[in-house]
Amino acid sequence: MADTPITAARTRPSGRVGQFIHRLRGGDEVAHLITLMCAASIIAVTVMLVYQLYINSSLPRHKFGFEFFLGRTWDPVSGDFGALPFIYGTLVSSALALLLAVPLGVGAAVFLSELAPPRISTATTFVIELLAAVPSVIYGLLGIFVLIPILRKPVMPFLKHTLGFLPLFKGPIYGVSMLAAGVVLAIMIVPFIISVSREVLLAVPVEQREAALGLGATKWESTWQIVVPFARVGIFASIFLALARALGETMAVTMVIGNDPKISASLFAPGYSIAAVIANEFTEATGDLYLQALIELGLVLFLLTILINGLARLVIIATTQKGAARG
Amino acid sequence: MKLKLPLLGLVLGAALFAAGMITIVDSPSAAPAPSPAPAILINGAGATFPYPMYSKWFDEYHKLHPDLQFNYQSIGSGGGIRQILAGTVDFGASDGPMTDDQLKQAKVKILHFPTVLGADVPTYNIPGINQELNFTPDVLAGIFLGKITNWNDKAIASANPGVKFPDLDIVVVHRSDGSGTTYIWVDYLSKISPEWKTKVGTNTSVNWPVGLGGKGNEGVSGLVKQQPGSLGYVELIYAIQNHMTYGKVRNSSGAFVKADLASVTAAAAGAAKSMPDDFRVSITNAPGKEAYPISSFTWLLVPSKIDDPTKKKAIVDFLHWMLKDGQGMVEALSYAKLPKEVVAKETKAISLVM
Amino acid sequence: MNLRMAWRKSLNIVMLSLTGVCALFTVSVLFFILGYLLWYGGKSLNWAFFTNLPAPVGETGGGMANAIVGSGKLMLLASLVGIPIGVLGGVYLAEFGGQTFSFLVRYTTDLLNGVPSIVMGIFAYTIIVLPMKHFSALAGGAALGVMMIPIAVRTTEESLRGVPLVLREGALALGTSKWRTVATVVMPAAIRGIVTGVMLTIARVAGETAPLLFTALSNKFWSSGWNQPIASLPVMIYTYAVGPYDDWHRQAWAAGLVLLGFVLLANVGARMMVSRGMAGGR
Repeated sequence: MADTPITAARTRPSGRVGQFIHRLRGGDEVAHLITLMCAASIIAVTVMLVYQLYINSSLPRHKFGFEFFLGRTWDPVSGDFGALPFIYGTLVSSALALLLAVPLGVGAAVFLSELAPPRISTATTFVIELLAAVPSVIYGLLGIFVLIPILRKPVMPFLKHTLGFLPLFKGPIYGVSMLAAGVVLAIMIVPFIISVSREVLLAVPVEQREAALGLGATKWESTWQIVVPFARVGIFASIFLALARALGETMAVTMVIGNDPKISASLFAPGYSIAAVIANEFTEATGDLYLQALIELGLVLFLLTILINGLARLVIIATTQKGAARG
Repeated sequence: MKLKLPLLGLVLGAALFAAGMITIVDSPSAAPAPSPAPAILINGAGATFPYPMYSKWFDEYHKLHPDLQFNYQSIGSGGGIRQILAGTVDFGASDGPMTDDQLKQAKVKILHFPTVLGADVPTYNIPGINQELNFTPDVLAGIFLGKITNWNDKAIASANPGVKFPDLDIVVVHRSDGSGTTYIWVDYLSKISPEWKTKVGTNTSVNWPVGLGGKGNEGVSGLVKQQPGSLGYVELIYAIQNHMTYGKVRNSSGAFVKADLASVTAAAAGAAKSMPDDFRVSITNAPGKEAYPISSFTWLLVPSKIDDPTKKKAIVDFLHWMLKDGQGMVEALSYAKLPKEVVAKETKAISLVM
Repeated sequence: MNLRMAWRKSLNIVMLSLTGVCALFTVSVLFFILGYLLWYGGKSLNWAFFTNLPAPVGETGGGMANAIVGSGKLMLLASLVGIPIGVLGGVYLAEFGGQTFSFLVRYTTDLLNGVPSIVMGIFAYTIIVLPMKHFSALAGGAALGVMMIPIAVRTTEESLRGVPLVLREGALALGTSKWRTVATVVMPAAIRGIVTGVMLTIARVAGETAPLLFTALSNKFWSSGWNQPIASLPVMIYTYAVGPYDDWHRQAWAAGLVLLGFVLLANVGARMMVSRGMAGGR
C-alpha cells in the first residue's frame, strides 16, 4: 500500500537492505513500525510484570510450595507465612460486597432501563458513573469517619440484637470489621453493575417486552421473567467485572477492615485482605523471605483477577454460542 | 514533509510542554516556600516512635541550614531497617535494635546512634473513666494474650481499688506494620511473662493473639481514640498530644510508675554506665524504684561508609548538633535526654562514619 | 378481580417501586459523598492549605502545597509514559493490526487493565526503586503510567474505528498514503474521543494511592527533578486520615475535596465533550 499510482514513479533500488530502507522512506512503514513497537511494548510490559512477580517470589514458593495457600499463620518472627487468612478476607469481603451490590445494582439498572423516562435515565446514569470515578482513598476517608461510627451504633448492635444467634453476627463490636469492608466495596462496585446492566437491558429488543405485555403480563413480570433473562449474559459479565474490581481494592479496605490476619465466622470481626497486607507491610518486610512472601501474595491476587476475568469471558462465549445455536 | 508536521508537531509540542512544566516546577524561584540554593535532600525513614521529635529537629535544622533538607518518612522501625539494608534511604531509624542476623545482611556496616529516650504507655478509651489506671505486668500480658477480655475482670479491679469498671469488651490495638514501638512492648512482655516469650516472642512484627492493627503510632492512637473499650500501646508523646488517658505500670521494684521524664531517665541510669560499644541495649523492666519499666532508647541507623561527601558531612554535622542543641529540645516533647555518659561515648563514635 | 390478579398487580407495584428506590439510593450516595466533602473539606480549606508545607507532627498550620504540585508532577510523568504508548497502540490496533498479533495485544491490554494497583506498585518497586536504590517520582510516575495504558488504548481504538469509512476511502482515492490518511484525516476526526479517553485515564490515576506507597513514598519538602521521593494528595489523605491528630483530619478533608473536585471535573468535562461532539455531529 506504500506505493500509490502517483508515487510509483520512484525507481526501486536493488538488494534487500536497500529495499528495506527504501520502504522505510515511505511513511507508511515508519508509522506501522512505530505503532507496532508501542503495541508490542504493552505485551512486553505485561510479560515483564508476570516474570518479576514470579522470580521475586521464589523463596517462599520453594519453602512452602502449595502449603502457602493453606497456612493460617502469618508469623514474621518465626518465618512462617501462610496466605489463607488473606485469601479468605479478600474473597469474603468481595462476596459480601457482591451480595449487597448485585440486588441494588440490577434493581437500579432495571429502573433506569424500563421505567425511567429517557432523559432522567441518561442524567441519572451519568451521575452514577461519576461514583465509579471517586478515588478509593476518599471512600476510605468517608469509611473511617462516617461509616464506622454508623456501624458501631446503631447498625451493628441492631444486627446483634435481632440476628445475633447467627455465627455471622457474634462477637464484640469494633466498628472496623469485615462487614465495613463489604459495605464500602459494595458501594464502590455498584456503578459498574448498573452501567453495564442498564446497557444490556436497553439492548433487549422491544418486541420481547411487547410480546410479554401482549400476553397479559404485568410490567414487572415482563421485566423479570423475559427481559432480564434475555440480558442474562451481560448482567453476569457486569458482576464478574465488579468482582474483579473488588478483589483488587486496596485503600478503602485497609482503612476499615481492622487489619487482623485471622479467620473468623463473624462479620463483626476484623479481617485482612491480600491488597491490604501488602500495603501495610511491604516497606517494612525485613528479610527476603518476608518480602517475597508478600510478593507471592501479589502474584496470587493477580492470578485471581485473571481467573475471574477469564471466567467472565467464558460465560459470554458459552452463552452467546448457545444462543446462536438455538437460533 | 509538510504533512508530517501536524502529528509530529503535536507529539513534540506535548513533550516540550511537559519538560517545560517540570523544569518550571523545579526551579527554586517558582517554589513559594523559601529555598534559595538547590537544596541537598537527605532521605531517611523508619520509626514512628520518635517521629514528633525528628520532625521538629529536621524542621529546626532546616531553618538553620536552608540548603539541607532531611526528609524523614515515618513508616515504622521495620521499614527503617529494611530500607537501610536495601540502601534505598540515606539513614534509617528504629527503636528495636537490629539483630545480628540483620546486621550480617548489610553490605555496608550499619551503626546505631541513640537519639532520645522514650516510653511506651498503655493508653485506653473507657467511656466514663478518665483517671489513670494501674496495670500490673500480669494484667498486661493477660490482655494481650487474649486471656483477659473484659474491663470488669477481677485482675484489673484488684490493682485499681475504688474504680468502677463497666462491662465492656477490651479491644486490643496493636501495630499492623513492622514497629520498634512493638519491639519495646513485646520485649517487656517477654521479660515479665514466660508464656508470652514462648508463644509470641520479640520482634518488630509478631503474630498477635488478638487485636486490631493500626499503622504507625499514628494509626494506633487514631484507633484507640475512636474505639470505645480499646487498649493500645503508643509512645508517650502521642498520648499527650492527643489528650488520651494512659496508665501506670508496676515496675520490677513493685511500684506503680507513670511514664515521664524522671521515670524514663531513671530507667536508663543503669544502662548508661554499661553501654556497649554498638549502643544496642534493652532497658525494659529496668531495676530501680523510680524506673518506668517500658522505656527505651531509639536509634538512627547510619551506614559506616557514605559515598557522597556532601551527604556525609550533612549527616555527621546533624549528629553532632543533635547531641548538643538537639537534646535541649527533647523535653518539650516529653522525651528524655540521653545520659551524659552516652552522649560522650556517642560523640566519639560519630567519627566511625567515613 | 380475583385474588391472583390482585397479588400480581400489587407485586408489580412493589417491585417496580423497589427498583426506583435502588436507583435513588445509589444516586443519593454520590450526592452524600459530594456534600460531606464540600462541607467538611470546605470548612478546612484555607489559604495556608494551598501555600504551606506540612508542619512538624502535632503542630497546626501546615499545608499541602507540595502534595498538590507533587500530584501534578506525577500525572505529568505518568502521561509521558502512558499516553504515547496507549494512543499509538490504539492506532496500531485500529489501522495497522494483523489478526493474531492484534488479538494478543488486546488480550494483554485487558489483562493489564485488571492488574490490581498494589501489584503495579510491587512491579515498579522491583524494576525501578531497587536498581536505582531510592524512592522516586519516576518510579511512581512509571507505575501510574502503565496503569494509564489500557484505557488510552481502548478509547483510541474505539474512536478511530468510529470514523466513517467514507473519509478514509476519500483520502486514499485522492492518492494519500495510508499513514498520511491516518495522521491528517482519521485522527483529527477522532480527536475528541481520544482526548476524552486521555482525560478519563488521567483522572483515574490522579486518585491512585496504592502504587505510590512504596515507589514515590512521600516528601516533607518540595521535590525537584524526578529522582526524589515526592508527596502526593492521595498518600497525604491516607496518612492523615488514619492518624490521631485533629488537625491532620481537617487537612485530609480539605485534600479530599481538592482531589475529588479535580477528578469529577475531569470526568464531567470529558463526558460533556463526547456528548457535545455527538449532538453537533456529522
